[in-house]
Amino acid sequence: MCKTCGCSLPRTGAGDTATVDVVARLLQANDRFAAHNRDHFNSHRVIAFNLMSSPGAGKTALLEATINALKADFRLAVIEGDLETDNDARRIRAHGIPAVQITTGGGCHLDANMIHDALHDLPLSQLDIVFIENVGNLVCPAGFDLGQHRNIVLLSATEGDDKPAKYPVMFRGADLVLLTKMDLIPFLDDFDPPSAERAVRDLANAAPVISLSARKAINLDAWEAWLRAEVAAIRSSQNATTEPHGGTHHHGHHHRPAVA
Amino acid sequence: MHELAICQALIAQIEAVAGKRAARVRQVYLGIGPLAGVEPRLLADAYPLVCAGTIAEGSRLDIEATDIRVRCRTCGAETTATPNLLICGACGDWHTDLLAGDELLLLRIELETREDAVEIADV
Repeated sequence: MCKTCGCSLPRTGAGDTATVDVVARLLQANDRFAAHNRDHFNSHRVIAFNLMSSPGAGKTALLEATINALKADFRLAVIEGDLETDNDARRIRAHGIPAVQITTGGGCHLDANMIHDALHDLPLSQLDIVFIENVGNLVCPAGFDLGQHRNIVLLSATEGDDKPAKYPVMFRGADLVLLTKMDLIPFLDDFDPPSAERAVRDLANAAPVISLSARKAINLDAWEAWLRAEVAAIRSSQNATTEPHGGTHHHGHHHRPAVA
Repeated sequence: MHELAICQALIAQIEAVAGKRAARVRQVYLGIGPLAGVEPRLLADAYPLVCAGTIAEGSRLDIEATDIRVRCRTCGAETTATPNLLICGACGDWHTDLLAGDELLLLRIELETREDAVEIADV
């Protein structure tokens, strides 16, 4: 049996050939889940930020610093994506914030369906902001809409200032670029923050670029100000376009297991 | 490795289109831009593996690579660009809008119809 070209497959029927024009987004199933997640967020007046970076750029450390700065004013939660372990979720919970850990078991990105499942483990009606910490990876997460309101991409000082040129799909979609671990700049002679910003502009991306250090609390005020401004902007659009959530929400969809 | 996940999504869409009307799928045409974040070669490698046991088993995958085109907000020119240099090819300004190049599309499917298929319904 030839299984390479399909020449031995049974030919049932007349064998007429038809060409069907489709022209559909290849990830339309993910897009539908993402739109559904966005509806969930909006109907609960929750704002979702998607944090993406390479592994070790400081996403969790930034979230820890951010939680301490914002938890007096906002009800926060975190969805953590990792291949294995719930270490990051435990770090977040230590700050008194609910955290759901998604372990992808080797999967290189979070998809909208995984986020949807995680949302059922969060008390959305008692939250203001959900941070999604994506799997550390500058490639795959860029392709999957999760239903977030804003994308935040981190680039750490140890990675090199040309990362936006190397990973254009990721950095082109950023609503904010954070240059992290700036306390290490004195020890690194090859990371030039203005060069990193130029590489972002070369992608026709006008997103703000903020240099900071979460560990040394450098310039966290600028990041916090951006967050507060975006929360206000998103809230006003939520108030303009959606009705408040009634609390008797019916799920008009079927739940299915996530795919890789 | 997300090409595998994209391939699985593709097969689901092919099955939805081909459904009961097709005996088998002959050829599948995709349009993928350089800014789609998908490596066509990896997708082509994953395709036969994901097709196995489905209506698309044995089908050929044709990937049309599209060009990147941008329109300048400053001078209005429409020019081609490269993935990490999306500036205006005429005046060099970076304030551009992407016109094409981030597509990730299933364009069309060539299939062998079944004798008992009545009509090809709209997708």
